[in-house]
Amino acid sequence: MKITVPIIGGPYTHETSSINRLMLWVMLALLPVTAYGLYLFGWPAIFLFTVTVLTAIIAEALSLWIARRPIKPFLLDGSAVLTGWLLALTLPPWAPWWVGVVGSLLAIVIGKQVFGGLGQNLFNPAMVARVALLISFPLQLTTFVAPHPLFAAGSPGFMDSLHVTFGHAAQLDGISSATLLGHIRTQLSQGIDLSKALLNQPSLTQLLWGNTAGSMGETSALLILAGGLLLLARRIISWRIPVAMLATVAVLATIMHMLDPLRYPDAAYHLLSGSLMLGAFFIATDLVTSPVTGKGQLLYAVGCGLLIYVIRSWSGFPEGVAFAVLLMNALTPLIDYYIKPRVYGRTHRGEPIQYADEATSKKS
Amino acid sequence: MLAAITSLTILGIALGYLLGLASRYLKVEGNPLQAEIEELLPGSQCGQCGYPGCTAAADAIANSQAEITICPPGGLALVEKLASKLGVSIDLSSVEDKAPMVAFVNEALCIGCTKCFKQCPTDALAGGPKQIHTVISDACTGCEKCVDICPTECVAMRPVPITLQDWHWPKPDAVVVTQVSVV
Amino acid sequence: MKLFKIRGGVHPDDRKKLSANKAIEPMPMPKLLRIPLQQHIGAPAEPVVRKGDKVLKGQLLADSKSVISAAVHAPTSGQIMAIGNYMAPHPSGLPIRTITLKPDHDDRWIELPAEVDPFTLTLDEIVKRVADAGIVGMGGATFPSAVKLGLRKRYELHTLVLNGAECEPYLTCDDRLMREQADDILDGIRIMMHALQVEQALIAIENNKPEALAAMREASSGFNKIKVINVPTRYPMGSEKHLVQTLTGKETPARALTADIGIVVHNVATAHAVHDAVRFGRPLISRVVTVSGGAIQQPRNLHVLIGTPVQDLLDYCGGFLEQPSHILSGGPMMGHPIPDTKVPVIKGFNGVIALTAKETAIRPPMPCIRCANCVTACPCGLVPLEMAARARNGDLQGAVDLGLMDCIACGSCAYVCPAHVPLVQYFNYAKGELTLRQRAEHKQAETKRLAEQRAVRIEHQKKAKREAMMRRRQEAARKKAAAQTTETEV
Repeated sequence: MKITVPIIGGPYTHETSSINRLMLWVMLALLPVTAYGLYLFGWPAIFLFTVTVLTAIIAEALSLWIARRPIKPFLLDGSAVLTGWLLALTLPPWAPWWVGVVGSLLAIVIGKQVFGGLGQNLFNPAMVARVALLISFPLQLTTFVAPHPLFAAGSPGFMDSLHVTFGHAAQLDGISSATLLGHIRTQLSQGIDLSKALLNQPSLTQLLWGNTAGSMGETSALLILAGGLLLLARRIISWRIPVAMLATVAVLATIMHMLDPLRYPDAAYHLLSGSLMLGAFFIATDLVTSPVTGKGQLLYAVGCGLLIYVIRSWSGFPEGVAFAVLLMNALTPLIDYYIKPRVYGRTHRGEPIQYADEATSKKS
Repeated sequence: MLAAITSLTILGIALGYLLGLASRYLKVEGNPLQAEIEELLPGSQCGQCGYPGCTAAADAIANSQAEITICPPGGLALVEKLASKLGVSIDLSSVEDKAPMVAFVNEALCIGCTKCFKQCPTDALAGGPKQIHTVISDACTGCEKCVDICPTECVAMRPVPITLQDWHWPKPDAVVVTQVSVV
Repeated sequence: MKLFKIRGGVHPDDRKKLSANKAIEPMPMPKLLRIPLQQHIGAPAEPVVRKGDKVLKGQLLADSKSVISAAVHAPTSGQIMAIGNYMAPHPSGLPIRTITLKPDHDDRWIELPAEVDPFTLTLDEIVKRVADAGIVGMGGATFPSAVKLGLRKRYELHTLVLNGAECEPYLTCDDRLMREQADDILDGIRIMMHALQVEQALIAIENNKPEALAAMREASSGFNKIKVINVPTRYPMGSEKHLVQTLTGKETPARALTADIGIVVHNVATAHAVHDAVRFGRPLISRVVTVSGGAIQQPRNLHVLIGTPVQDLLDYCGGFLEQPSHILSGGPMMGHPIPDTKVPVIKGFNGVIALTAKETAIRPPMPCIRCANCVTACPCGLVPLEMAARARNGDLQGAVDLGLMDCIACGSCAYVCPAHVPLVQYFNYAKGELTLRQRAEHKQAETKRLAEQRAVRIEHQKKAKREAMMRRRQEAARKKAAAQTTETEV
């Protein structure tokens, strides 16, 4: 029997893994915190989320069509959906619809397809969009609302919500509410120290559960942690990036808090507020834009943590996850160039190992 | 104002004079690159590139008058070396690596005229007058000089047969996605 | 015994249950045997028989004529039908010199030397017997075993490691051999220990083969220098250098042999062949082959004569359940596709595996998403994704700088890649292409030398011609002058 298969070498068996499977697991891990966020912020959040994800898909399809690449396999790989999804989670839940549209276009076209599509982008697409939006539309990106759970008294109904997302954003003024980090920053800049600034602010338990003002999917530290643990268990991400990143922020926060407790909030506040949790488990761990070696990942994550703390404490922005991740993304190629695993049978410098004790067993 | 103009003018003249002197006394004789490139070329003076020999070809390459891909016997490996020597980036995947060819004498037609082995730059053709010639394929660079000179058209170029010893796995196709099923 | 961790590795589904409980069965005599003259690494053997010769079982057919080569023997008695070229059991399907033998079904042995006690032989005699028997590494690498047994002369050796890891999925031939012929293997091990003059032998068996482990433990119970060690099941545990690291914690230096750290590794099936060859003088003419895979009707372990067509093995196992997508020699991780089922079984075949499309799970490749699974899986500490990107863009030197030559081609990277990028396939291509280029470069240097010689010679000829011309001219001028003087005188 003649065998007619293309000549391509083995292995002729494969782990049951694929890119779309990987992406589906990440989406599954995001599901709890997303569902909670959508519930917590009601219909406007649902609209914004839908618009953002749909735009991401359409932008991806259009880009592929323009680049004359096959559309179906790349759309089905789920990466565009995930980018839109992650972007939506970082947006203020009651932001107008065009914020989602512009954001998704920025993420997919500028953040990803311009670099060559899947796997080629240097920067995390969702963070590119987030930062671009924050700089271009600071008002819309910093207007947060207190939780308005779905079907709860006082929450907008379906029709009212359409008006919130697709109408004019002006009427938000009456109900807007600052995030914890934003509040601290404002208070500190007005010369009010933390002992007073933290009065009437959400408690740590509240931050843990997430029943507070914030971005759509960043409020509940606990649910993000649950999703992150799922990814760790599935070995889709390694423990190094989240652990090193959170630890760096926690250590810095503790040191600074001990030095000046009235100016620097303690580690718990840092860890549980803002987008740090989501960033540590879902954004900094983005496979494409993070280093490939263990040591490189540690360095990268420590860098992220450091930058986040610096930006949060001493810059003009109350939150710095997006900036920190983008800056470290830029360093990823450099980290990968300099940090490589030790090759079997070689020293760290790449020379063949020499055993000093027995010299060599070669007979002379 | 005047001081500035004067000082700048003087500075300009002085530096220009220095440059002029430097170009006269520190002049580089010949092009060192040409010699280095010639070292890399096959050196069989076959003339397939269209230049009368490897020296001329090296000169042309060094002066950017010829592409670095002009040398067929050098193949892809040579292109790569020249690219790194000259610091030009070239998309190697676009350069077609021609299968190496060697001359082959059809012994039924050969009349033993010796014209071919007078032409051969590497003495790859063996045989004497009135004897049938054969090609030592290990020494043949595939320059085709013998093909045109043969009066009986008995020399032909053939691809070097692939043996088990020099077979290797082909390059896996570049990323081409034809179909994919979900999950 | 304390074991050491190796880096990376993967855990493919071992699928050994398909054939692990099938005892080794002999195959019926095939109609024709085709025995390739190169079944090993090194130079092909030179035939010593002619077409039409009648040969006996075990008779030398082709002898090794260089240092690294192996002899080939008649697997049964019969007549030499041809010495020519036949399709090689190699993915290329290129022709290879092959002796065709028609069995006479008498299966008559050539006169064998009387049984000897191997421990009365000199060390060189043992090595010579192994070389004469044409034994090669039977785990698939097919390096001539006699060369490895002679390493004592060049290296200070202390340990012999027996590779019974059998880390490739599906394969069970070593497992069965250890279960059924543990005593013979042990005898082979003792002979090899003697030949190498080592202090101890370690038999490494992956912990998914408890029966083989028990059998070898029992067989070795009387010998305190021989230890049977249970190693974790993890691919590529059977890689020589990684097995040695697991057992001793020592890495073999790059570009060196395990002998550089005093250790020689042999396959357990090789030990069995050494027992046959040294004690009884029987050459290597058959081996155990696992026939398995999802497409095989009845997976089995067969005792097969070298030269038997693969088709015969498939027929004996009841043919196919369904059309296989690939038929491989060896396991699915490092085995090679065979071009046609008419190719013969050779010394290095440990399995014939027919896989269904579902088992191979081959999918079109997607772009790399830098997930670093390959970096984690690589047992050699390389960064496969970067190397593959270089090889794909034709930057072979770049791939070498990243450690291409330290790659053992185990395929763990391609196995785990979620984008199904053909990583190890790029490395195999790049290694082959580099070898080819080196050869071309060598040829180029050679032709350059020839061209220069010719230029010098032609210059000489021209000079000689010019000088001859000058001489003639001077001669003529002198004659003319002489004539003129005579004329004036006259």
